[in-house]
Amino acid sequence: MRPVFFLREAIRALKRNAIPSFAAMATVLVTVLVLGVFLPVVQATTGAANEVRNKVIADVYLKSDVKKADIQRVERLLRSEPLVGHIEFISKEQAYASERKRNPKAYELLGSNPLPDTFRVTPKNPDDIGKLKDALAPAAPGGGTSVVDPAIDEVRNREEDTNKILSVTRVVKITMGLLLGLLGVASMLLIANTIRLSLYARRREVEVMKLVGATDWFIRWPFVLEGVIVGAAGGLIAVGLLVVAKIAVVDPLAEDFALIAAPDTIDFPLLIGILLVAAIAVSALGSGLSLRRFLRV
Amino acid sequence: MAATERHLRRRRRRDDPHRPSAPHTPATGAVISFSGVEKRYSTTDVALDGVSFDIYPGEFVFLVGHSGSGKSTAMKLLIKELEPTAGEIRVAGRDLQKIPRQRVPYYRRNLGVIFQDYKLLPNRTVYENVAYALQVTGGSRREIRAKVPDILRLTGLSTKLHNYPDQLSGGEQQRVAIARAFVNHPPLLIADEPTGNLDPETSIGIMQLIYRINQTGTTVLVATHDVAMVDKMRRRVIELQAGRVVRDEKAGAYAANENTREFAIRMRSAQG
Repeated sequence: MRPVFFLREAIRALKRNAIPSFAAMATVLVTVLVLGVFLPVVQATTGAANEVRNKVIADVYLKSDVKKADIQRVERLLRSEPLVGHIEFISKEQAYASERKRNPKAYELLGSNPLPDTFRVTPKNPDDIGKLKDALAPAAPGGGTSVVDPAIDEVRNREEDTNKILSVTRVVKITMGLLLGLLGVASMLLIANTIRLSLYARRREVEVMKLVGATDWFIRWPFVLEGVIVGAAGGLIAVGLLVVAKIAVVDPLAEDFALIAAPDTIDFPLLIGILLVAAIAVSALGSGLSLRRFLRV
Repeated sequence: MAATERHLRRRRRRDDPHRPSAPHTPATGAVISFSGVEKRYSTTDVALDGVSFDIYPGEFVFLVGHSGSGKSTAMKLLIKELEPTAGEIRVAGRDLQKIPRQRVPYYRRNLGVIFQDYKLLPNRTVYENVAYALQVTGGSRREIRAKVPDILRLTGLSTKLHNYPDQLSGGEQQRVAIARAFVNHPPLLIADEPTGNLDPETSIGIMQLIYRINQTGTTVLVATHDVAMVDKMRRRVIELQAGRVVRDEKAGAYAANENTREFAIRMRSAQG
């Protein structure tokens, strides 16, 4: 009896206050739409930034006359280094093969293999690349650098590229994080304000209900349900539009360009789910909490 | 203007050597008992100043006074919309101060309240407005279907069941408010200026209705500034002036067992 009664009350209120209800629903719709577009964009951008950061590597070139035992010793040494994340060994022959494929004519002329054995070292954290390099090739007392193992010829990390990548991606990530935070706060404030406005128009009604002897929750439930309905309606329409946009615009594009199917954007069903739940929760909580002010009679 | 009034009030208090200081002991069996009730809106603005009176079951009491005398404050204290700054209010023996906030709605259900501005729910029909008072208490649909048409017939609104408040006249709206206040058959009915917005003829109809409710044994407290009406009614009158009781008398010729018809005839004849 009770839930049915509250639901009927909520629907009645929606009907009798069609315009404020519509305004609240439109607000939810627009904010969910904006969030739904921005969330994957932000994720794709930070994902791309992260991918770029993973390209930060240091090459450890070995001397040309190293033996197998030397290579194994250097590998053990590198593995024991705590900052090292991933190690890839590229032998003279592999390097020669891949380079010749890229530029066959030049290597035909060359005849012999000038390339050294190389360890391609990826740091655990891209920001530690400088430290890693210092650990493998500490600065020598007389200027220049020394190396930790006699078999190592040189350690290089393409200094300029690395620094650029690190600073640019950091800015991108921070900006995106801020943007997403602001957008989230703006959405909540917008929805809360619209709801408060529609409640304000009905504060006299709430007062009368209290004077007749209604308990706070007796008054509040219909408002919360109203919020649920408004949030669900706005959220569903927005999600519907997102689905249409994805099928009509993003999917065909993604087939042509690998870029848009960016590495780790959120799963689409999960995105829809989160947006819907958030829309309903914000709108229901907003109604329930905003009402508190008017219940003090 | 307000400042001079406050000034006068303060002077009067200074000149009065024996302010009502004797502690008023709440009478047993009283429906409403004010003892030494004081309400200050700010340090200088005193709405009620040591008000004490008792109202017994079945009584019909007028609370009169000019505007600003504290009538509405007394009413608001009774429905626990405001809290007194000092003193004690008991309703049916219960100290209002001791009712916690969450229990206030349950307290209000034992109380029929009528306001000058009717306070109907604008989005509901007459029927739904009255039904709401029952729904609040968890009344079943069967109970609502049985009681609401009955009370609306009693108040003379059976043809207006499905009208919205803005389609009714002031008198009709007040009748709806009375129906809503009385549908739970509360032991106490309080009315704050129930005829304040109505013409004299309609007012008589409303007072007749309230009188009829009083005849069923309900205690009634009516705040009003309509002195002519009070004089005609010849019921107990408590007069407030500047927040203090200046008169509390059982009017002469107290026709206790007059029926509503006689009552109306007397009211109308006195009018002319």
